Amino acid sequence: MSEYAVELLGITKRFPGILANDNITVQLRKGEIHALLGENGAGKSTLMSILFGMYQPDGGEIHKDGKKVEIRDPNDANDLGIGMVHQHFKLVECFSVLDNIILGIEPTRNGLLKKDDARKRVLELSERYRLQVDPDALVEDITVGMQQRTEILKMLYRDNEILIFDEPTAVLTVQEIAELMQIMKGLAAEGKSILFISHKLNEIMEVADRCTILRKGKYVGTVDIADATPEKLSAMMVGRDVSFKVDKQPAKPGKVILDVKGMSVASGRHKKNAVSGATFQVRSGEIVCIAGIDGNGQTELVYGLSGLEPLAGGTISLSGKDVTNETVRRRSVLGMSHIPEDRHKHGLVLDYTLEDNMVLQRYFEPQFTDQFGMLKRREIHDYAQRLIDRYDVRSGQGCETVVRAMSGGNQQKAIIAREIDKDPDFLIAVQPTRGVDVGAIEFIHKQLVEQRDAGKAVLLVSLELDEVMDVPDRILVMYEGEIVGEFKPEDVTVEELGLYMTGAKRQEV
Amino acid sequence: MALLLQYTLIYASVLMLVALGGCFSEHSGVINLGLEGVMVMGALGGALVMKFMPGLPAAGMIVAVVLGAVLFGTVYSLLLAVAAINFKADQTLVGTAMNLLGAAAATVFVKALNMAEDSSNVSSAIQYIEQKKAFSMLKIGNFELSWFIVLAAIVLIASNILLYRTRFGLRLMACGEFPQAADSVGINVYKMRYAGVLISGVLGGLGGIVYITAGVSEWKFENGVAGFGFLALAVMIFGQWKPSLIALSALLFGLFRALSNVYSGFSFLAALNLPGTLYNMLPYIISLVVLAAFSRNSRAPKAEGIPYDKGQR
Amino acid sequence: MNTNEKKSLFEREGFQSLAASLICILLGLLVGFLVLLCINPAGAGTAMVSILKNFLYFPRPAIALEYFGSTLVKTAPLLLCTLSILFAYKVGLFNIGASGQYTVGAGLALYLALAFRMPWFVCLIAAMIGGALLGALAGALKAYLNVNEVIAGIMLNWISLYSVNMLLTNVKESSTTYTSPLRTGNPGALIPSLGLHHLFSENRYVTIAIPLAVLIAAAVWVVMEKTRLGYELKATGLSRNAAKYAGMREKRNIILTMAIAGCLSGLGAAFLYLSGIEQWSCAQTAVPAMGFNGIAAAFLGGLHPIGSVFSSFFIQHITSGGSYVDKMVYCSQISDLISSIIIYFCSFTLFIKHCMKQYRQKRKASAGAAKPPKQAAAAASGKGGN
Repeated sequence: MSEYAVELLGITKRFPGILANDNITVQLRKGEIHALLGENGAGKSTLMSILFGMYQPDGGEIHKDGKKVEIRDPNDANDLGIGMVHQHFKLVECFSVLDNIILGIEPTRNGLLKKDDARKRVLELSERYRLQVDPDALVEDITVGMQQRTEILKMLYRDNEILIFDEPTAVLTVQEIAELMQIMKGLAAEGKSILFISHKLNEIMEVADRCTILRKGKYVGTVDIADATPEKLSAMMVGRDVSFKVDKQPAKPGKVILDVKGMSVASGRHKKNAVSGATFQVRSGEIVCIAGIDGNGQTELVYGLSGLEPLAGGTISLSGKDVTNETVRRRSVLGMSHIPEDRHKHGLVLDYTLEDNMVLQRYFEPQFTDQFGMLKRREIHDYAQRLIDRYDVRSGQGCETVVRAMSGGNQQKAIIAREIDKDPDFLIAVQPTRGVDVGAIEFIHKQLVEQRDAGKAVLLVSLELDEVMDVPDRILVMYEGEIVGEFKPEDVTVEELGLYMTGAKRQEV
Repeated sequence: MALLLQYTLIYASVLMLVALGGCFSEHSGVINLGLEGVMVMGALGGALVMKFMPGLPAAGMIVAVVLGAVLFGTVYSLLLAVAAINFKADQTLVGTAMNLLGAAAATVFVKALNMAEDSSNVSSAIQYIEQKKAFSMLKIGNFELSWFIVLAAIVLIASNILLYRTRFGLRLMACGEFPQAADSVGINVYKMRYAGVLISGVLGGLGGIVYITAGVSEWKFENGVAGFGFLALAVMIFGQWKPSLIALSALLFGLFRALSNVYSGFSFLAALNLPGTLYNMLPYIISLVVLAAFSRNSRAPKAEGIPYDKGQR
Repeated sequence: MNTNEKKSLFEREGFQSLAASLICILLGLLVGFLVLLCINPAGAGTAMVSILKNFLYFPRPAIALEYFGSTLVKTAPLLLCTLSILFAYKVGLFNIGASGQYTVGAGLALYLALAFRMPWFVCLIAAMIGGALLGALAGALKAYLNVNEVIAGIMLNWISLYSVNMLLTNVKESSTTYTSPLRTGNPGALIPSLGLHHLFSENRYVTIAIPLAVLIAAAVWVVMEKTRLGYELKATGLSRNAAKYAGMREKRNIILTMAIAGCLSGLGAAFLYLSGIEQWSCAQTAVPAMGFNGIAAAFLGGLHPIGSVFSSFFIQHITSGGSYVDKMVYCSQISDLISSIIIYFCSFTLFIKHCMKQYRQKRKASAGAAKPPKQAAAAASGKGGN
């Protein structure tokens, strides 16, 4: 018997134009929690997709219990006892929890579905591993945490021995993360072998036994967590020493730029308002951060501010002008810029060229359109070229590149260049560093601080606690659509913030 | 009044069959806008059986005609399956092409057939006066009920069971809602989508033959099926992609369609002295109104119309 | 190396579209020919030749020229329907309602011409307005009530057909189902020829509608590619959310697009019926095919306004050619059959283009392996991430 439950040996995977995995080896011991650490684009997800049979490797072998195996599709993986909780849950929203768990291996009698035994088994499993779910609730109605428990139950229901968790904490609350850590330890104690993909060092330090580090598709090394420090892991992950601290001088707040009073925004999903009675100000020369767990009204707050959604109540004023009922265009012209949460959905016309995207907010200005409504192509080109040079936006064919073909980091840089160069009084940046690599994160944070120092008002919306603590001058915590606390980053700890973010504490604001 | 009931039931059967077909296709994730063409093809298949096997006994005739229609409809729907599933083509365009192709191909084929028999006969019609009698289940005076109504009822029950009570239905709907999820538990999305489209071919073809035998005893294939395939899609949307609601909305639409056949028999309608064309327009107007009222919060399968690509995450 | 600036012929978007369209046509003709063979092996060859020759069927150049003129007269309305569909498609809308807008255009133009004896330009404008209103209706249903524009379009097609039949019954000839001929009813409603008919062996149906249609195609290209309006509309079509984020009024844009598309279709109908070449049959039970053929021509033309000019001519060419087929062997609908087969294959154009690109990339990759150039590395880094 091999000491390893599963081994990925010398795996290589090539995509058009990129080597995603270059001779990577990961060996998972039985009953251990093995972390896989790396930045975005390091090749973690590709490697796991290969183990799960969604891609075929171009080179290398997979061994299970010391024997070579072929995994052609998820069915093969399942037959080998390999299960995966995907980063983006693979749950059918309009199905019940139970239907999602049995999907693919449905028990039937006389050709008809027979769910009684399945329900019993799910309840047993959920008791044994403390994974509390309601089997008959629809997935669209339950919390993200319960959705994740459903995913875990899916694996357990299939008697999987090897469990892959792909960035499982990204969507969870602080409490849910703690719970998940306990669950994972419990599973390992019961003899399950766990692969835990993450880029969060503290979680890895807490839960993992060993850790394999990848960088830019290459294998860097495997270390025992008992002998490791966070600094060592991060140096291995990034390839150099990184300072996570953002370099900045104390803020010098000036006059009020954004003044929000009693703002409410209706929710598209349920009857309650997604944002209720938010009141706050952002002054020139300061960065204010909206912190909170995903789904507590931040998205709707931004939609309300930018004019994408109408307000259900309250007022917004920008540099002293009431803009409550103004259009998106009008607010933009009056000096509001918006780096959106979802760059693919909102921020870019993916099938337009880079230069056309660079004027997405300004194409109608006399600078770019003449009095007959004709576009001034040459001016647009020159302007875009200037932005590309100044903000170091890289792409295959410069201005002519179709944005869809650019990397996520460069797409984000393009948006930031466009929004900052508009020279706004007020800049909204929603998760501006999501899905970009460490180098780009430093760049983006620097830009935000520069804008602040140039006397702009900046509103940062972030889910990353590091960012929340390092970048802003003031923190507002949102919980269930309300602002429940206001802090200075130097006066508060992460743990304290967590209590506010989960509704355990609140200030009277 | 009896006539109104008769026509309502038969047209509702047609609409329900075809709408259920569309429902299976959409639940698998493929929008079948080519149902109009599928109906024409099914009608052709059934009509050819009647033309070339006129002597069959009643039961045999029903079975043979149904098989002919189903076969033609299913084979024809392969055109959509191949283009939309394997070649990731624009489903709207394929559907439109199939509608045009269905009408043109059926016309050319029937005309060629007629000309081969009698070179002076250039019509695109097939007659089935005698053969059609086999479909009659109950006849009292003018009032006549067709076996096809029973067939439609069976299909309705079967669809309900298939969609909500079987492994197949659960998997099919998973493919239309979130194919990546289905794929991750080892369900072959391509196969399920083929199944969905082919079932729409079966039911669309069936609807086609029921339609052309509903009121008349010969069919001119030049006319196609006059937008019935699209009315069925409106029925499907109004029915929220659920078989039982589809049945109810089919009855409603069937009633309005039936009115144009029998309005002159109602003294109060005849007294209004509205032009007959107005009654012809009625089903289309109603469906437009219904669509306008019910499309806003539609619960369409989330992944419908989006080609599934295994390589994409 | 400056392959970056100057792409080889094979890599040009235009060339790929053209090649894909030609493949579609060939496949369509091939399958059509097989169908003809199945029906009657003896006449298939001659029938195919007749369809493809169209007016060249007439050996005398003067007569051929005259019939060439007639084909052009019918190409003008088809081109406008093609532009209508293309314009909407670029904005992400499938204007299957072009037929209905065309029908309404025909109805209003003929009714104003025959009932009120209006001059041609008034009829023309009425047709444009009628089509635009119908298009705007479909657009508004889409924008505000989320009604699928395809299904709404089909319903509106039938409603238009029945309404126009009712309307035009008031101005039909007493003995037939056709509307009274304009030449006797109201010659002032005929679009002027300005001497163009002299070029086509005195074909009196040849009017300024033909050059106008080509000019409109050019105008559509300018609007799409060179103007702020085109920039906005295309952005709306490619990404409704991004358009909204950029402050464009995406609902207004959808309605405006459909109105412009409808206006084009309506004008197309006026171009045909105000040339006097056809009369409207009030007993028509099928929606005019012009709008559907426009779909074929739009995709065949690579969704490019200038390509549409040629593809519209080709589709009309084989449609007209269908009438020269030996009626004793085949019916004239075989040209409909062939054009619908071509539409079917058009849905594969994107796939064909994709294959061409992949082939090209493979060639490049193997060439790049031999002597790794800088930009291959740059392209690779550009593609990475996510």
